[in-house]
Amino acid sequence: MSTLASPIPPLSSEAPAWQRATEEPAWIRRLLIGIALTFLGLFLVLPLAVVLYGAFEQGLQVWYAAITEPDALAAIRLTLLVVAIVVPLNLVFGVMAAWAIAKFEFRGKSVLITLIDLPFAISPVVVGLIFVILLGSQGWLGPWLAEHDLRIIFAVPGIIIVIAFGTMPFVARELIPLMQQQGKEEEESSLTLGANGWQTFWRVTLPNIKWGVIYGVILCNARAMGEFGAVAIVSGRIRGETNTMPLHIEVLYNEYLFTAAFAVSSLLAGLAIVTIAVKSLVEWRDERQRHPAAA
Amino acid sequence: MSIEIEHINKRYGHFTAVDDVSLSLPEGQLTALLGPSGSGKTTLLRIIAGLEFPDSGRIRFHGEDATDVHVSRRGVGFVFQHYALFKHMTVFDNVAYGLTVKPRRLRPGKAEIRTRVMRLLELVQLDWTANRLPSQLSGGQRQRIALARALAVEPKVLLLDEPFGALDAKVRAELRRWLRRLHDEIHLTSVFVTHDQEEALEVSDRIVVMNQGRVEQEGTPEEVYDHPANPFVFSFLGQVNLFHARVQDGQARIGDLALPTSTPEDQPQGHGLAYVRPHDIEILPDGSAQGALAAVIEGITVVGPTARLELKVAGGKDLIHAELPKSRLRSLGLSRGSDTWVRPLNSRVFMDNGARAS
Repeated sequence: MSTLASPIPPLSSEAPAWQRATEEPAWIRRLLIGIALTFLGLFLVLPLAVVLYGAFEQGLQVWYAAITEPDALAAIRLTLLVVAIVVPLNLVFGVMAAWAIAKFEFRGKSVLITLIDLPFAISPVVVGLIFVILLGSQGWLGPWLAEHDLRIIFAVPGIIIVIAFGTMPFVARELIPLMQQQGKEEEESSLTLGANGWQTFWRVTLPNIKWGVIYGVILCNARAMGEFGAVAIVSGRIRGETNTMPLHIEVLYNEYLFTAAFAVSSLLAGLAIVTIAVKSLVEWRDERQRHPAAA
Repeated sequence: MSIEIEHINKRYGHFTAVDDVSLSLPEGQLTALLGPSGSGKTTLLRIIAGLEFPDSGRIRFHGEDATDVHVSRRGVGFVFQHYALFKHMTVFDNVAYGLTVKPRRLRPGKAEIRTRVMRLLELVQLDWTANRLPSQLSGGQRQRIALARALAVEPKVLLLDEPFGALDAKVRAELRRWLRRLHDEIHLTSVFVTHDQEEALEVSDRIVVMNQGRVEQEGTPEEVYDHPANPFVFSFLGQVNLFHARVQDGQARIGDLALPTSTPEDQPQGHGLAYVRPHDIEILPDGSAQGALAAVIEGITVVGPTARLELKVAGGKDLIHAELPKSRLRSLGLSRGSDTWVRPLNSRVFMDNGARAS
């Protein structure tokens, strides 16, 4: 008997014997992953490392002094205050807007959807100017506000207004597609079972959009803390009074107090990293809840 | 609890979904709203439930006006085509939902709720799924849970919107027989929407055939099937063959063949159409029988015990369809291309202008 004329080729470790149609060759995969990682390293990790290095270059004590200095503390407090007001405000607005858009048919629905996106499309500086023109002492409502002794521009209310405006889309945008996809049958069946609108919202709608809400709140929170352009216009940058963290950092930087600037930056970056970590945790738990078998 | 529907109208923009519909649905019966998509049957069901509001007209439950009663207080059980179970709740919590949202003074105690939910789950034969999530059940099981949930609040009427539409053929057939038996046990006034004539004929006590927002005919399944009121009902309830005929003196003539029209003498004369079901076409071995038409077999399809023939009648343009038992086909010794004779056994003649001839 002769041996087989064409023996089965040995399986090579480089190229698999079969390949899925959507799978690229190894070198393309490595190239793409490499480019992505290099880009991330240069534009994300490196700057972050520089911030941390700058912050701690002169030791922990200097860092601590920089963030506990009265103006810095005032900036931190103001930022947290703004977040504490803006995030709940946009949470309520976002849920209501998404509910209206997803569950009802009405005239001007597409206009509303477009308007919700507007804050993302307009430059923050322009947003700041809009409110100065509207509410400033020379603005349309200026005389009326002055008469009633209300100070909005160059004061905390102005900061809250522009940040609320700039972060308005986050919760709504997160929820609209989710709620549209879920439809309204579950709500309808809740109603036929005798529940009122309020019970239906808390017991049926909210549990279904829970993760979307959390996700939207996290993004809204991150943006509210970091908002700069619009705040820079309306705050007036009064030290210890109307400086949020990003503004305080800029002030320090312009005064060549680099270590202090980096120290407060590291705190802001730290808050952002915590936010992203919470977001990832939320995603992970969400994933696990949807596919309990895989966990 | 009977349901009276009085002159209900509903429009969406320029589209008329329900066009002046009046119906009386008797107590304790299972009624099918049957029609093609866009016929307004689902809109009508949702109006009965209170999920949509009519532009005009009244809905009465047992004589009492329910038109302006909010859906949550109307006392209807509603079953959706895609189940609409609460995804994040267990089967138990889904069924208990209607009881737990009751105002405190009307709400039964925890133990009472437990007993009632478990009794319902036993009724739908799914008591072992109480602690599962809906996503862990099959489509047929989910629909049974949806039914148990709707029954939990002891509704006065049960409304089902294409309840078997999302299920595969076998589960669907099982579930509809099961629904029929369940209905015989609980005798709740029920209305279900379907576009499947077989489903409607098999399950319901009464059928309401709808088309373009109007009621074409209502009656028992036998009445509707055997005595269709118009060509639409005739063709919607099953396959049909059309023969062109001359209507004269109470008879419709197709060649030599004279079909009775049960026409009163004052009926118009002229061109008519005879509607014949495929199983009402007799296949004859020779042309000796009176009224037989010569035909050629163009095709034969055997589906299980039934043979379906496609025939071309001499002088006719269209193919006609006939059904007969496979054994009969064999004993006649027919095959493709054979010459044979056909004779309509039962027919229904309508005038060609759309008006009824009988």
